[in-house]
Amino acid sequence: MKAPTLARPRVKARKSVMDSERSREHRRMKRADFLQSMCFMGPSFLGVLVFFIVPFLVVVYYSVIRSPMNREFVFLDNFTALLNNSAFLTAAKNTLTFSVVAVPLAVILALALALLLEARIPLKSQFRTFFLSPMMVPVASIVLIWQVLFNANGVINDFLGLVGTDRIDWLRSDYGQIVVLTLFLWKNLGYNMILFMSALANIPKELLEVADVEGASETYKFFAIKLRYLSPTVLFVTILSLINSFKVFREVYLLTGGYPYGELYMLHHFMHNTFESLDYQKLSAAAVIMAIAMVIIIAVLFKVEDWFGKDVEG
Amino acid sequence: MRKKRYFSRTVIFILCAFFAFVFLMPTVLTITNSFMTQSELNANYGVIFNSGSQGGTSYISEKVNLKFIPDKVSFGQYKTVLFMSPDYLLKFWNSVILVVPIVIFQVAVASIAAYSFTRWRGKMRAFIFFFYVILMLMPYQVTLVPNYLVSDWLGILNTRWAIILPGIFAPFSVFLLTKFMRRIPYSLIEAAKIDGAGEWQVFTKVCMPQCRAALYSIAILVFIDYWNMVEQPLVLLPDAEKQPLSVYLSTINSGEVGLAFAIATIYMVPTLLLFLHGEEYLVEGIATQGSVKG
Repeated sequence: MKAPTLARPRVKARKSVMDSERSREHRRMKRADFLQSMCFMGPSFLGVLVFFIVPFLVVVYYSVIRSPMNREFVFLDNFTALLNNSAFLTAAKNTLTFSVVAVPLAVILALALALLLEARIPLKSQFRTFFLSPMMVPVASIVLIWQVLFNANGVINDFLGLVGTDRIDWLRSDYGQIVVLTLFLWKNLGYNMILFMSALANIPKELLEVADVEGASETYKFFAIKLRYLSPTVLFVTILSLINSFKVFREVYLLTGGYPYGELYMLHHFMHNTFESLDYQKLSAAAVIMAIAMVIIIAVLFKVEDWFGKDVEG
Repeated sequence: MRKKRYFSRTVIFILCAFFAFVFLMPTVLTITNSFMTQSELNANYGVIFNSGSQGGTSYISEKVNLKFIPDKVSFGQYKTVLFMSPDYLLKFWNSVILVVPIVIFQVAVASIAAYSFTRWRGKMRAFIFFFYVILMLMPYQVTLVPNYLVSDWLGILNTRWAIILPGIFAPFSVFLLTKFMRRIPYSLIEAAKIDGAGEWQVFTKVCMPQCRAALYSIAILVFIDYWNMVEQPLVLLPDAEKQPLSVYLSTINSGEVGLAFAIATIYMVPTLLLFLHGEEYLVEGIATQGSVKG
């Protein structure tokens, strides 16, 4: 079911010795083609090179030298120093714990919402808009409102008080990550939900109809058909949520300041605090480690998706 | 059977309505609270943000009241923001001159690059595209240091260019636009070629008109992203006078809750308008991301 696309369909050129004239012509065409393609790609690629790739390579270089002044090659010294740095370890551990809980939740809940909105109910498109509304709220009011909600005297505690639990000063307790989790889910569920909704709409209708005729249950239909077709979207939403789980720390930083209580000390705080002291080696090493970790995670997710969705794609 | 279905639909509707309420609440709160007087806000939230600047005569409730409807609608906060202190308007203008060029040029650069990724394919190009995807996925914590270094070398640190230039070349819209363009049927291009159109003509006369909706939806997404930026200006543009309002909003002190809500509401207006006007496009833009591959 591949739709025809803009790209030139690949036709294997038949090799023949006879028309070398034609092949030379062909080669020239190809070169012209290549030049033209470079002209189109050029501006963007140049910008990416200057603003992202080269500076990152320099960061890699910084991570293996002693200091910008004394450019002695020390290879992994900075990394071992970083891995023995308790602040970094705490930050990495907290970030990891948060992501491990938050990302699957963001995927599952968004999928659940998308499935709910598949039902024929009134006000459907309005609901969709409402779920997206967190995208436009400025950080400041988010921070203010979350303080109102999760303060020791806040609204959440009032509700919990009805059931008879004690007041908790959320941001200064072991439940601090719950505050961040609600913030993260609130901000991202709508976006993820839209992705799932469009994927659900693209599942071939005939397949579901056949399943209906054969008397398949809703659960069976979900796991055997829908989830298979959704697997590329699940992958994408997972990666997106992972990135966004790094982004949410901006709000945490504003809520808690540079040195928050226990479990709220995230990599974002670490980077920010290190940046203020301009310790390039530490920063570079941390950035490189994070980049490597991201690439590994993404590669693993790709592989999992390949394996899971192999009989649907292509 | 029919009754059961009706029942389950009602349950789903109620569930959705509940979630919708939860999701919408902060937006509504921001807007309605901006119409409250400072004393009313003090009474409601005094326990949390007790600034105590009112000389102790104001009433502070023991508990936090989450109030959606102001006792008395007042435009006092807006008056302060709009007429008494030009500072806020200046910062709003700062946001505009940072974000508008980013949106326009990012979409322009990206559409040319996306055409290239769509029109010519090969191993090399697939690799570069994959590289763009990886770059797009890098968290801000990774790009912070490289960004800082490059603007230091180019001597644009602490100027607006330090924000605008990396913004223009951000790979996000290249990725998204490529996905859009790959849906255009090849026969269109072929027909144009046969009629003697050059590559540039195919791009401007055939490809671009097909992508109008896509361009709009990407512009909205990019706009929302940069309109609420906080970190980049803090690091790359430390000069407070040039910083956008989003940064100022994030540092506002809790004694000025009323002002904060009023400014936040004003700041929300452009995104709100885009939302109301281009909601379909926005949804389309998000939906097209679909998957990272291909």
